[in-house]
Amino acid sequence: MLFLLAAGFSLIFGLMRIANLTHGALYMLGAYIGVSILKTVPNLWVAAILSGLVVAVFGGLLEKLILRRLGGNVLGQVLVTLGIAFILADFCLVVWGGDPIPVPTPAFLQRPVRIAGLAFPAYRLAVVIIAIAVGIGLFLFVEKTRLGAMIRAGVDDRDMARAVGIPVSRLFTTVFCLGAALAGAGGVIGGPIMSAYPGLDADMLPLALIVVILGGVGSLVGAFVGSFITGFVYTFGVALLPDLAYVILFLPMILVIAFRPRGLFGKFAA
Amino acid sequence: MATEALALDGIDALYGDSHVLHSVTFSLQEGHVLALLGRNGAGKTTCMNAIIGFLPARKGEIRVFGERVGRLSPEAIARKGVGLVPQGRRVFPTLTVKENLIVAARGKNQLDHVFELFPRLKERTEQHAGSLSGGEQQMLAIGRALMGNPRVLLMDEPSEGLAPLIVAEVGRTIARLKAEGQSIVLVEQNVKLAFDLADEVAILNTGRVAFAGPASAARDNESLITQHLGVF
Repeated sequence: MLFLLAAGFSLIFGLMRIANLTHGALYMLGAYIGVSILKTVPNLWVAAILSGLVVAVFGGLLEKLILRRLGGNVLGQVLVTLGIAFILADFCLVVWGGDPIPVPTPAFLQRPVRIAGLAFPAYRLAVVIIAIAVGIGLFLFVEKTRLGAMIRAGVDDRDMARAVGIPVSRLFTTVFCLGAALAGAGGVIGGPIMSAYPGLDADMLPLALIVVILGGVGSLVGAFVGSFITGFVYTFGVALLPDLAYVILFLPMILVIAFRPRGLFGKFAA
Repeated sequence: MATEALALDGIDALYGDSHVLHSVTFSLQEGHVLALLGRNGAGKTTCMNAIIGFLPARKGEIRVFGERVGRLSPEAIARKGVGLVPQGRRVFPTLTVKENLIVAARGKNQLDHVFELFPRLKERTEQHAGSLSGGEQQMLAIGRALMGNPRVLLMDEPSEGLAPLIVAEVGRTIARLKAEGQSIVLVEQNVKLAFDLADEVAILNTGRVAFAGPASAARDNESLITQHLGVF
């Protein structure tokens, strides 16, 4: 689940070099929209896809109308996206209220699954499988398709890519939409585990940042490995040393920054 | 009467406040090679940047086969049939050789043609372009431009920084493209190479056109050459 969040973030941050701090808020927005959709269509997967689409449209507008004008102004991007994150958080508070809204787990995934004598909640297992499938899909898209190569060309040398006829701006808007969609759908799919509550955005954004910093900016493999490390560390940290959960969470990140500033699989220095 | 492939008509261009092109005017006939010459800083690369749309001209008009392209974005100009082999080659370093080529493909598939021109690229299709030698990168940059089936090919110092043997190879490639009917604007510091290939010559000096005309007339005009190009 963390991977869905981090993959979108890594896609935007790594490929487009946009520090998109709305990512946590997009995740929360996705979760809430999913909740609303579930009231009329009681199917989590449909809700995840629809919610992802809605959030993608929102992300696309955000990129086209606001972020593109900021160009390479990193500080501007950080401030604007942080501001929009606050606006989104308040918007969610107004529309959906302050109480946590649980998201029901699909019925057929409620039983635990036994693997090698250990019981796993079936839903979490399903989420892991989805994350792996999305990861493989994204990897193939970015690394093996012509469109993916065009995106990478745009990242390598934006002007030159335009000079060979690649519509870089349009492609980057699409990538931003894709990242936002992953966040939105992730919010819904993560719903049965996390539910939807005010402050979800602020809980998720640091996790996304840690995952991406751990794994390395712009690396999907890194995002995948980073999300596993972070997931394990966080879960065990909370269970074993609840007082130090955040310390344990940030410790690997600090170590990685200190000894391998590019992240475990990163191409660029973060 | 030959068709006009590319025309610059009274182009003014500025970087910030500094005026780098003053009313630059020249034109290229279809199937010809025009050599754009001049000392460092004369405005040759700026002309290229203006044509491809990196640096939109303040004044004047740029036409590609009669169509005005002055207000278009680089990607739109590229789609009108302008191919750029930029200064410094600028291949996409993290893409493989093949990816560098296919991202630029438009219209008729030129992959086989490019591999035939540069067999060396075919041997290295899966290699990252950043790990190629300078000469190979130059071939890739030329091949990449050809993938878009350009009606006008802009080549900005294709011989720069290459070993003499490779320069000769690049020269043969340009001659062959010319023989195939490709219209080319060639920016060169290597004046000999340029005169060998060019039908027409435009000489820039501090952002102004000092001479525009047939290559034969420029070649024999010694004072023109020493004044604007230095000795060679």
